[in-house]
Amino acid sequence: MSIVAALSKVTKRYPGTVALDAVSLEFRAGEVHVLLGENGAGKSTLVSLLAGMQQPDEGAILVGGQTVRIDSPRRSMDLGIGAVFQRVLLVPSLTVIENLMLGGSWLRRLAREPALRRFGELAQLLGTHIDPDAPVSGLSLGEQQQVEIMRALWRDEKLLLLDEPTSMLTSHGVADLGRSMRRLRDQGVALILITHKLLEAFEFGDRISVLRLGCVAGEIAPQRLQAMSEAQRTETIIRMMFGIGVGGEGGPADGHEAELAILLGHKIHGPAIIDRARPPVLSVREASTAADYTETPLHEVSFDLWPGEVLGIAGVDGNGQKHLAEMLAGQRGVRSGLLRLGDADITHGHVPERRQRGVRYVTDDRLGEGTVGKFPVATNLVLKEVGASPWWRHGFTNWDLIHRHAREQIKSNDIRTPSELTPVNHLSGGNVQKVLLARELDAHAAVAILNKPTYGLDLHNQRLALDRIGAAAARGVALIVISTDLDELIEISDRIGVMFQGRLAGIVDNDDRAADIIRRLMTGAATV
Amino acid sequence: MQALLTESFLVSLLFGAVTAGLPLLLAGLGEQISEKAGVLNIGLEGMMLVGAYTGFVATYHTGSFWLGFLAGGAGGMSAALIVLLLCIRRGLNQIVIGISITLGAEGLTSLLHFVQFSRSYPRLAAAPVVVLPALGDIPILGKGLFSHSPLVYLTVILVATLTWVFRSTYFGLSLEAAGNTPAALDAAGVDVVRTRSCAVMCTGFLAGLGGAYMANVGAGIFVPFITSGAGVIGIVLAMLARGRPLMVMIGAALFGASLAMTTALQVAGIDIPTDVVQMLPFAVVMAVLVLFGRHSMLPPALGTPYVRGER
Amino acid sequence: MTDGSTFAGFQATLLRVLVPVALALIVGGLILLVLGKDPVGYYGYVLERSLLRWGGAQETLTRMAPLLLIAAGLIVAFRAGIWNLGGDGQFLLAAVASAALAPVFIGILPRGLTLVACMLVGSLVGALWSVIPAVLKARYGVNEIITTLMMSFLGTSLANVLIKLVLRDPDTTVPQTRSLPVDDRLPRLFGTTIHGGLVLAVLTVIVVHLMMTRTAFGLKLQVLGANRAAAVHAGFRVERLILAAFALSAALIGLAGAVEVLGVWGTVRADWNPALGLLVVPLVFLARFNGFAVIGFTLFFSALMVGGESAARRVGVPQHYVLVLVALLLLFLGIVEYLDQSRRKSGTP
Repeated sequence: MSIVAALSKVTKRYPGTVALDAVSLEFRAGEVHVLLGENGAGKSTLVSLLAGMQQPDEGAILVGGQTVRIDSPRRSMDLGIGAVFQRVLLVPSLTVIENLMLGGSWLRRLAREPALRRFGELAQLLGTHIDPDAPVSGLSLGEQQQVEIMRALWRDEKLLLLDEPTSMLTSHGVADLGRSMRRLRDQGVALILITHKLLEAFEFGDRISVLRLGCVAGEIAPQRLQAMSEAQRTETIIRMMFGIGVGGEGGPADGHEAELAILLGHKIHGPAIIDRARPPVLSVREASTAADYTETPLHEVSFDLWPGEVLGIAGVDGNGQKHLAEMLAGQRGVRSGLLRLGDADITHGHVPERRQRGVRYVTDDRLGEGTVGKFPVATNLVLKEVGASPWWRHGFTNWDLIHRHAREQIKSNDIRTPSELTPVNHLSGGNVQKVLLARELDAHAAVAILNKPTYGLDLHNQRLALDRIGAAAARGVALIVISTDLDELIEISDRIGVMFQGRLAGIVDNDDRAADIIRRLMTGAATV
Repeated sequence: MQALLTESFLVSLLFGAVTAGLPLLLAGLGEQISEKAGVLNIGLEGMMLVGAYTGFVATYHTGSFWLGFLAGGAGGMSAALIVLLLCIRRGLNQIVIGISITLGAEGLTSLLHFVQFSRSYPRLAAAPVVVLPALGDIPILGKGLFSHSPLVYLTVILVATLTWVFRSTYFGLSLEAAGNTPAALDAAGVDVVRTRSCAVMCTGFLAGLGGAYMANVGAGIFVPFITSGAGVIGIVLAMLARGRPLMVMIGAALFGASLAMTTALQVAGIDIPTDVVQMLPFAVVMAVLVLFGRHSMLPPALGTPYVRGER
Repeated sequence: MTDGSTFAGFQATLLRVLVPVALALIVGGLILLVLGKDPVGYYGYVLERSLLRWGGAQETLTRMAPLLLIAAGLIVAFRAGIWNLGGDGQFLLAAVASAALAPVFIGILPRGLTLVACMLVGSLVGALWSVIPAVLKARYGVNEIITTLMMSFLGTSLANVLIKLVLRDPDTTVPQTRSLPVDDRLPRLFGTTIHGGLVLAVLTVIVVHLMMTRTAFGLKLQVLGANRAAAVHAGFRVERLILAAFALSAALIGLAGAVEVLGVWGTVRADWNPALGLLVVPLVFLARFNGFAVIGFTLFFSALMVGGESAARRVGVPQHYVLVLVALLLLFLGIVEYLDQSRRKSGTP
């Protein structure tokens, strides 16, 4: 098969790090080439080089056998490279077809007819049914991604880059995406799929390359891939990803057993024994929230939560999970219903009052609302305690104490930061999450809500976050963990509730039958 | 009250409203283009002032009003160039740079005027007027609305053109995307910096044109600080119009009428402090905001510089 | 946030300030040269008139009082992420209110009480004039730039209307409020012409600076300014904080108006508008919202204004030239900051 594009000994440096170190890769027509790797392995850098966002320091990029210089996204498109990024990059206030028409010559009048024709062709190619005149803001994330793929292929691009395209999708959306990818492959498009989910790599990939610390750690060609059993593939790839020598070479896989275990599908924490005869620590009775523009409101949600219990909340994103978390944290008002924490009625308490009573909330929007990016780590560690003793006395700040506290937290939580005065947005995603977990899962926590606690983290940090959740539960903290990743919930939860259209469609015990029931509940097909 | 209904009063009111409203309209339209693209031009006042000065000087020396308008537009663009270089290319704070442009323009135009004319304020000849056929013969309206500088009619055409540009051209789409989700525009292969640069230069041209009209046609004279807040009103109009050029025109007419009212009342011999009348449009707008004020519809990326790959 | 108070840090900060100042003066000088004026003579004259001569220095210090109070008000607002650009309206209405009440109060109250009461009234009026923009922003997220600008226009017009129609002193030809006798104005300091408002202003700026950097309230405002969603998430009463920041900001600007009337003029004339509201914005930015730096920049600017006015009469450079200098200063500050950032980003030490 012909090579559409290739990297030849490409090196890219950032101040202090080498993001890509003499990487050589080849991308072939009619093949889905999966790039696997941890965060920081160089995947995103590779994407931005091919998409024209950045230029390599050394080495060459070849397209169709010619060395090329891709100095702008425009140039990348001209070379026949289409890209779909992790984050949705569409203009929500424009319609689908308008978004696809962006990029036409300025002085011309909009050419709708040809655009609609092209839209029809691509819709057929991808097998999607989207109204071209629908505003993008009204589409599901999966549909938005299909639109992005259309844009990436608009000018008949021959190489399609997909940067972690499944991270925001429902299982339904992932299946659609898979179908589209296969169709494109059969049309002779070269696809690059970037992911850190092994199962997806196996399901969609023809060829798998593993990146580690900016180098290609290994490549599995199609024939070899097909010849391997799933267990063999997993074993091989994990060893490449974490630099563990084959067959025990290079020392024992210390610290990586956890990753291996979860990737191989073992449960680490068994369900705890919860004494439900005791009174629950948190009772929610028929709680509803008021609607606003973007998020689904809650409708008469009721449940109880006992100390030391982990209640998983599953569901397709956007079915009221955000309102549930914010209502419990006190960030969003309760329209009707009742909330009790122990003996106290906290229905109308706001964040400070609830926090004082031990309610904690780890948001999924870590830099958007969880922290103030340009403020130091130290300040962010006490962000929810502003005005409270001992950091403040009569409203006056004791910076020395705050900084000392921060240094202790940085040490005990292994937060990797140059100092406690470093702005938190200079930290990696995993370390920002450590800051949040340190702040929220403190010694006085009684009930903690965690919204997508592993979202966007690499395997190592996912593991750390889940470990901290497990440790908190063992201490007797009652936890509500919201996630769209069902496997993760099954791993850590005692019970799992399912959100559907703002209602709690049901709560099931986490046993062998749970997964099937939950999948049905998630689509609204069944009630318990 | 009789005096208020005389023909001369109504004509001077209408005529004055157009004359006072046109600079606001031009500046407001210009600002609207920038805001659509996500650039907040607080320096609009400064751009108008530079335009007023360069326009006046050009007409003073050449006697040509068209050259004056062109020079005014060019002057406004030269002030816009600072926004382009510092805010759009370098990502400096748009409000701070905007304020410094206004302050600098106030200082520089006064200084230059003083150096050239010392303390004399030469007056230009009356600007040529085109009376529209047929429409110009309508009583009151003809003299009030249809006997103006050709720039007035061109500007009305511009309102319609801009409406069309915003809705039905690739440039319009690019502007919308640059103000709403610049990263999406970049991903579509359109240079955000270039889009915003074009928008800001359009703003500079229109604001400068408005300033030149104000000095050459409206006043016939240049005095320091001549724009006296017109740029600020332009910003207000653009923000309230939520991307619709026609709304800028309606707003400019309202403000123009209130400005004209003060002179018209003097003509009619009615003695109310001009301040009372000048307060009216602001009071109306504030009242509307208070009564119906809901979430303002401004582009999400307004005022934030775009850096590729940064969130 | 941080006090970065190492010597090297301080030095770097000083350089980042002094370089733009020097560049602005140089380019400003070139402009003068082009216009056929002698820049060295001009700067020398300004320096001598504003700082080296005792009379000029007193004038310079007196001018600082309202500038400092406005700057204090702007620091509160800007740190909280609120663009209060309506300072002129707040300033003028407060000035008119205190000017109207002072001659009345002085008849029934002792001088000290009169002055305090008038300053309080001025602050209150300033704060009241910010309520509508504050509520619109807190409740509906209406952009405060347009609302404060409009309220500023309304306020300046209203001040004139009040003077011309309601508060006019019948004994004067030019419409103005009744005058507060010179002896009843703010006390002078140690036999100079500088009034006590300067001390009040300096103290206020320092208190505001400490409030912003060392109290819970200040930190809450800063969080609000840096990331409103984080403020909501942390459980701050965001609407109240916005109202409080707006009110405090406008009250300080109102206080500036009252102090200017009670200390210098004793009355407000119709159409008087020093338009300091926007002028101080650049100074606050130059000082990076730091109270102590604001004092320095205010002194610099005040000296330029006082010296520039004398120079207008004597050297033939209009005083508006000072505006050009301020604009240049801001531009160069921005450029130096940008260069500094990109230098640090590229990793060279």
